Amino acid sequence: MGMLDMKYRDSNIIVVSLEKALNWARKNSLWYEQFGLACCAIEMMATAASRYDFDRFGIIPRSSPRQADVMIVAGTVTLKMASRIERLYEQMSEPRYVISMGSCSNCGGPYWEHGYHVLKGVDKVVPVDVYVPGCPPRPEALLEGFLKLQEKITGETIIEKKETEKKSDTA
Amino acid sequence: MLTDFGYVLLFIVTGAIFVGVALFVAKLIRPDRPNDIKLMTYECGEVPFGDARVQFNNRFYIIGLMFLIFEVEILLLFPWAVVFKDIGWFAFAAMFVFVFLIFIGFIYELGKGQLKWDLPIPVVPEYKEGVGVVEGKAQEILPVESQITAKLNQ
Repeated sequence: MGMLDMKYRDSNIIVVSLEKALNWARKNSLWYEQFGLACCAIEMMATAASRYDFDRFGIIPRSSPRQADVMIVAGTVTLKMASRIERLYEQMSEPRYVISMGSCSNCGGPYWEHGYHVLKGVDKVVPVDVYVPGCPPRPEALLEGFLKLQEKITGETIIEKKETEKKSDTA
Repeated sequence: MLTDFGYVLLFIVTGAIFVGVALFVAKLIRPDRPNDIKLMTYECGEVPFGDARVQFNNRFYIIGLMFLIFEVEILLLFPWAVVFKDIGWFAFAAMFVFVFLIFIGFIYELGKGQLKWDLPIPVVPEYKEGVGVVEGKAQEILPVESQITAKLNQ
């Protein structure tokens, strides 16, 4: 009999690869940066509140980008805000993810043609992982977005660059 | 055999090893990609400027002191109000004496003119027909009391 062979029958020891453990930890503590830009923020707040309850997925708001893992761009990204969003994204520590919430941040939304002051899609300044459609998206939709992001994180490896990072390299 | 201090030493060494191992493992697996923007001071997405040590007008000291005094007064008033029915007229009178003393102090401060600030004279932009917005003349703002009396006289 080996040192560890058949010694622990009560399954208190879990054997897992480092990558899986990291991904598991990351996807179950997606702390998001607490800021809202427009009416989508109201839905985001509703999602965080008791009825839809973000907390059960380990998603809690943080007030500083240093502590945040994911950035929910909830609302209309004006040109003035775009540079700030870029800076906030850069100030987040890796691994960092971006959820673009609502039509405005996806593509400009109702401002797509005549919005002289609106950025036509937040993916022009930061790499977006998940787009949540809707104007504004219902809380269920945002939750679905988070679940998609969790799926994405599950497939990550530590030896390879993230999809979004590759994109920003080529650009 | 370890003495009691030996155990303490053992704990210190083990603690140091734990911290070292945790930091080392974290260094191995964490992403580490610093850049200029990331190392910048976080100021809600704005570019920080100036010094964090800003000077305040020392007249705020008086305001702060006043605030503290009245805050303490309210802190004392709350428990007093909760048990108000049980403690009778003596406590009622005592609290009124206390409030009265603070009120005297407040009147004294008002009389000394500590709450009067020399207001800066703002320059209000004006709209002129055909020209657009121009910088207007500096207007003097009356002290609050005279503003109220001016309104009453109208």
